[in-house]
Amino acid sequence: MAKQVTIDAKGVHYTPLNQQIRKAIEDGADEIVVDNVLGQRFIGDGLRGNATIRVNGVAGGDLAMFMSGPTVIVSGNAEHAPGNTMDSGKVVIHGSAGDAVAHSMRGGKVFVRGDIGYRGGIHMKQYETQRPILVVGGSAQTFLGEYMAGGLLLVLGLDGVMKAREIGSGIHGGEIVIRGDVDEACLAAGAKKLPLTDEDRARIAPVIREFAADFGLDPEPLVNADYTRIVPASARPFAGKYTWE
Amino acid sequence: MSSNLGSMPLRYRVTIDREQCMECERCIENCSYGVFRRDGDRILINSRKCTACHRCLAYCPRDAIMLEEQPCDYRSHPVWTRAVRESIYNQARTGKIILAGMGSVANLPIIFDHLMLDACQVTTPPTDPLREPVELRTYLGKKPSKLEFRQKPNGDVELSTELTPNLMLETPIMLGHMSYGAISLNAHVAMARAARETGTYMGTGEGGLHPGLYPYQDRMIVQVASGRFGVNVDYLERGAAIELKLGQGAKPGIGGHLTGEKVSADVSRTRMIPQGSDAISPAPHHDIYGIEDLPQLVNSVKEATERKKPVFAKIAAVNNNAENVAAVARSGVDAIAIDGFRGGTGAAPRVFRDHVGIPIEVAISTADQELRNQGLRNEVSLIACGSIRESTDVVKAIALGADAVYIGTAALAAMGCRVCGNCYQGLCPWGIATQRQDLVDRLNPDVASKQIANLIHAWTLEITELMGAAGINSIESLRGNRDRLRGYMLDEGLLDILDVKSVGA
Ligand code: SF4
Ligand code: SF4
Repeated sequence: MAKQVTIDAKGVHYTPLNQQIRKAIEDGADEIVVDNVLGQRFIGDGLRGNATIRVNGVAGGDLAMFMSGPTVIVSGNAEHAPGNTMDSGKVVIHGSAGDAVAHSMRGGKVFVRGDIGYRGGIHMKQYETQRPILVVGGSAQTFLGEYMAGGLLLVLGLDGVMKAREIGSGIHGGEIVIRGDVDEACLAAGAKKLPLTDEDRARIAPVIREFAADFGLDPEPLVNADYTRIVPASARPFAGKYTWE
Repeated sequence: MSSNLGSMPLRYRVTIDREQCMECERCIENCSYGVFRRDGDRILINSRKCTACHRCLAYCPRDAIMLEEQPCDYRSHPVWTRAVRESIYNQARTGKIILAGMGSVANLPIIFDHLMLDACQVTTPPTDPLREPVELRTYLGKKPSKLEFRQKPNGDVELSTELTPNLMLETPIMLGHMSYGAISLNAHVAMARAARETGTYMGTGEGGLHPGLYPYQDRMIVQVASGRFGVNVDYLERGAAIELKLGQGAKPGIGGHLTGEKVSADVSRTRMIPQGSDAISPAPHHDIYGIEDLPQLVNSVKEATERKKPVFAKIAAVNNNAENVAAVARSGVDAIAIDGFRGGTGAAPRVFRDHVGIPIEVAISTADQELRNQGLRNEVSLIACGSIRESTDVVKAIALGADAVYIGTAALAAMGCRVCGNCYQGLCPWGIATQRQDLVDRLNPDVASKQIANLIHAWTLEITELMGAAGINSIESLRGNRDRLRGYMLDEGLLDILDVKSVGA
């Protein structure tokens, strides 16, 4: 039987709060509900296992940083860099999130229903079977997918037009898929636009369906929509920049 | 379109004393740059390929090889030196940034060499380290500003101040961060064994931790750099301490990248990136865009490791060093490593290596003074690095305010490195800065670790002798003790900044 633990975060500093969450997991809880979260940082930081942590409120910065396995579901917004350097597991944010979402993420999923700030998906990278996925329901700000080295970054633009510029600056791996057309002028040096092929669509469809299911959306219009795919112009962007002494 | 520039003059000339040579071909086998080849009954030489790595000289059984820097008569000119002209020819041909290896070759005075150590004579007698203990044990990390005790019901007294985790070193010398990728696994294993043997620590660099080093993880300081290569919770938990790399002395203000060619299968596994892809470490950490973000990163690493490990930060020595150090100290780190402008590197743009940054002597002294002024000195330990060449540099760095030092190039030299500065080619004939298996195999980790341990041991002995001569019996009393230093031929302005008196004063 699933063991649920509820923690009241009201007025609790992040260190004791994280200690309580860790303790609950050690004691075998598979679901931890954290109520009254008001900006406490580092929730789920460095956690392993497969528990689900429900964060009721607004999560502070570096949510699920270095996390390896668990699922974190946030009812409200999250501050900057949720999923920072995350290995595996899933972060579902029902509101919006700040800058550097999924920074250097190496595996697992970060789903944000609302918007994200600047530098989303920066330096995301993949390794063997670990392929990170960041899906943004709303829109993203400038420097999206900067230095991206692997993984999938999907922006659905559900709530209006995306104004991000400098998309994919220094990108050398992975792919950025954005619903609708993206003006060439919004791409940074090192990134190039490709049309979405049928195989690409088949590849991203399960991700869209999972996202839609998490947020109670109808997946079909999204699966069948038009997308722009942005990939690196070269896997070795700096290969030609240096000579020897 | 061929170049108008012709070829550049030779840098080194290699010759063989044919009377001595017995044509054993060891020079051919040993030179990974391809200087030697056999043609019929003769060993032929292509001096143009020589890097002065000295491998051939070291392994010629007949001492038959001679290597000279090749003088070249450009029209002599004090401004347009050979180096300046040749850089122009190189860039006119390629249009690229010039990459260079090892520390700066800029001909600037070395402050360490202009600082004389003091000794006792009649009015205060020296300490004899042969019969009186000289304590070198060093603890890195926060120290409480005061200790509080409570009395237990049974009358015993116990400490009630909560102590933060510290690293304990038997000698103030640590092995600095050089990544697996930049140097070979055998070199890493050799350093790790030496660290264990001498009771000190080594840095992993920003390349992750190879499983071959897991047996030594209690001696490793794992590094988190902007590229976050090889960084996950497992890696953080393995290290004895964690260092956030914010800057590097050889290239302040820029990131780095390991070219795809060097990302071999094993390097790719350790860094957790696909084989053959460029490993780019951007200049800033993308979650630090202002000083207020640094405590966030420090605390995230601490939270992930349940506050059980000290967290260090490494910065490059630059002009507003004191301000930087004070800001970093307030971010909650336990130690700050400051890397001077002469720090070594596998590869850096030459313009950075030779022209950006400040000397470690100045940086460590101003850092120590500023931390004392702000009442923060007990909050962090200071580690000096970037061209620590001998035991006297260690003593002088500590007298200027460091708690300990990191050595890099000196450790490589102890393994055989001849400081040829060609690490970026990945062909190191000594098996150090290479991933080519036949070259890596040349470095025997058992032998190399012994050599490094010998070096640390020898320096440690010298340090105790120097301290004894100065009448100091504990490293604590040497730290920041500028009165044991005197500047010789240093200008007043610099003496003032260092807070050191002139010789004779
Ligand atoms: S190693 Fe020395 S003796 Fe042997 S072939 Fe080369 S130069 Fe001659
Ligand atoms: S490590 Fe090797 S390539 Fe680098 S300077 Fe030393 S000898 Fe030369």
